[in-house]
Amino acid sequence: MTNKQKWIAFITIVRREIHRFLRIWPQTLLPPVITIVLYFVIFGKLIGSRIGEMSGLPYIQFVAPGLIMMSVITNSYSNVVSSFFGSKFQRNIEELLVSPVPSWIILAGYVVGGMSRGLGVGLIVTVLSLYFADFSVHSVPITIGIVLMTSLMFSLAGLINAVFARNFDDISIIPTFVLTPLTYLGGVFYSIDLLGEFWGNVSMVNPVLYMVNAFRYGIAGISDIDIVWAFVMVALFSTILFAAALYLLEKGSRLRS
Amino acid sequence: MQPALVIEQLSKTYQGNFQALKGISLTVQQGDFFALLGPNGAGKSTTIGIICSLVLKTSGSVSIFGCDIDTDFSQAKQLVGVVPQEFNFNQFEKPVDILINQAGYYGIPRDIAIGRAEKYLRQLGLWDKREVPSRTLSGGMKRRLMIARALMHEPKLLVLDEPTAGVDIELRRSMWDFLRQINATGTTIILTTHYLEEAESLCRNVAIIDHGQIVKNTSIRELLLQLNKELFVLDIREQLSDCPEIEGYPLTLVDPHTLEVEVEKSQSINALFAALSEKGIHVLSMRNKTNRLEELFFDMVAKNLTGESHD
Repeated sequence: MTNKQKWIAFITIVRREIHRFLRIWPQTLLPPVITIVLYFVIFGKLIGSRIGEMSGLPYIQFVAPGLIMMSVITNSYSNVVSSFFGSKFQRNIEELLVSPVPSWIILAGYVVGGMSRGLGVGLIVTVLSLYFADFSVHSVPITIGIVLMTSLMFSLAGLINAVFARNFDDISIIPTFVLTPLTYLGGVFYSIDLLGEFWGNVSMVNPVLYMVNAFRYGIAGISDIDIVWAFVMVALFSTILFAAALYLLEKGSRLRS
Repeated sequence: MQPALVIEQLSKTYQGNFQALKGISLTVQQGDFFALLGPNGAGKSTTIGIICSLVLKTSGSVSIFGCDIDTDFSQAKQLVGVVPQEFNFNQFEKPVDILINQAGYYGIPRDIAIGRAEKYLRQLGLWDKREVPSRTLSGGMKRRLMIARALMHEPKLLVLDEPTAGVDIELRRSMWDFLRQINATGTTIILTTHYLEEAESLCRNVAIIDHGQIVKNTSIRELLLQLNKELFVLDIREQLSDCPEIEGYPLTLVDPHTLEVEVEKSQSINALFAALSEKGIHVLSMRNKTNRLEELFFDMVAKNLTGESHD
């Protein structure tokens, strides 16, 4: 394929992916928005007003970046895992497998599709959060950089999950038993200073902690961890996941018999 | 002239040590309409799966118009279009979107893809259904949609795995006409089918595959020449209570007004009519009972099972 043909193939996959989640917006866009609004109302307004400050910020301003990041993470992941597994289940992934599209284009197409939904929902949630909390952006490059890298990383993770999944249970196990605990324990609702030394150190192996704190730094200028270290960790995880996902697609694992 | 497809010593062993293909070799010439026949589990779909890279081969080589599927996979894939046995499109997408997307995967610009989608949807009688969710299409429409999809990048080799399975007779015949037109424009077609009448009607050359081996590879004409017997059904005016006996013509009484008879090619059918007439039996009409190719097919597969050799 020429570079122009590869570009057309890439755009086709991205367009199809975006069209998919827009077509089923009551399943893909509405629920995360409602969930996050409930978080803002309950944790931000009702309970948050009694908590007071966290790391020197009003609680609602502390949780807002974490909630935005949580929506980016879950939507990037779930878009790719459900779309790719759906293609495997209906066997229309074969449309791509018989075509001359290189594996890295397939990977890039699905990942950009996942990032589009993750960032789209993140943007909607950000706009809604302005109704509940006043905040300005401390650093635009850090905010945009970390949100893009986070969305990329979880889109890649979603694709790997989908490649290994054999049934619909397999695509809900990781989000339920891995992603949700990591997110809730990743400093969305609290500062790790509250955990004490031991559990604080345990939290340092949670990649979500780095993303949430880097994003919070970008928005509010405070973080529990070193921002450079956060970018390095997210870049490292993303590189490993990219290599793994590309290897699986090249090898045809669970895709070609 | 470069062959459309060359398969050499192709083997496939699945997990569990099941050997689906045992070193088959096959050549299909450009412009041919080629039938790949065989019973269920013979290795037809595995062969097609390897040609279109949905199945990973264990050993051997496949080249499409001289492009090896391992070393020149991008070009090889551009040259082949496949219509699988099972429906494998997104049932929630619209037919027109399925076709335009498929063209996009081959790097075809969207404006060209839109034109081609209209052309094939119209030719295959799906234009009115272009905007409905594809899950609402009938079985025959879904099959035609898969044919249209396979043609979107205008492949030089079209591979169809049982394209008319479950399709009614009228529609099947219209699909045959369409495939003949495609073949007439120079597209090489390889077809697997369970309807042997289909192979006899459409194809010029045939390979019969059984237990992962090619047991016959010849032209349909040559194959039919090997047939030395035919079974006829005779509709009789009189009501018969016993089966008449005529030397050299084994007759069977199916019902009081129907006889069956097996006639060798060297035998005169006039002599049979004369003998029946002498017995006061009048034949109102006569027809072939079975498809000729079907008889040969069963004969060859049966011989393969008993270990008889084939040329």
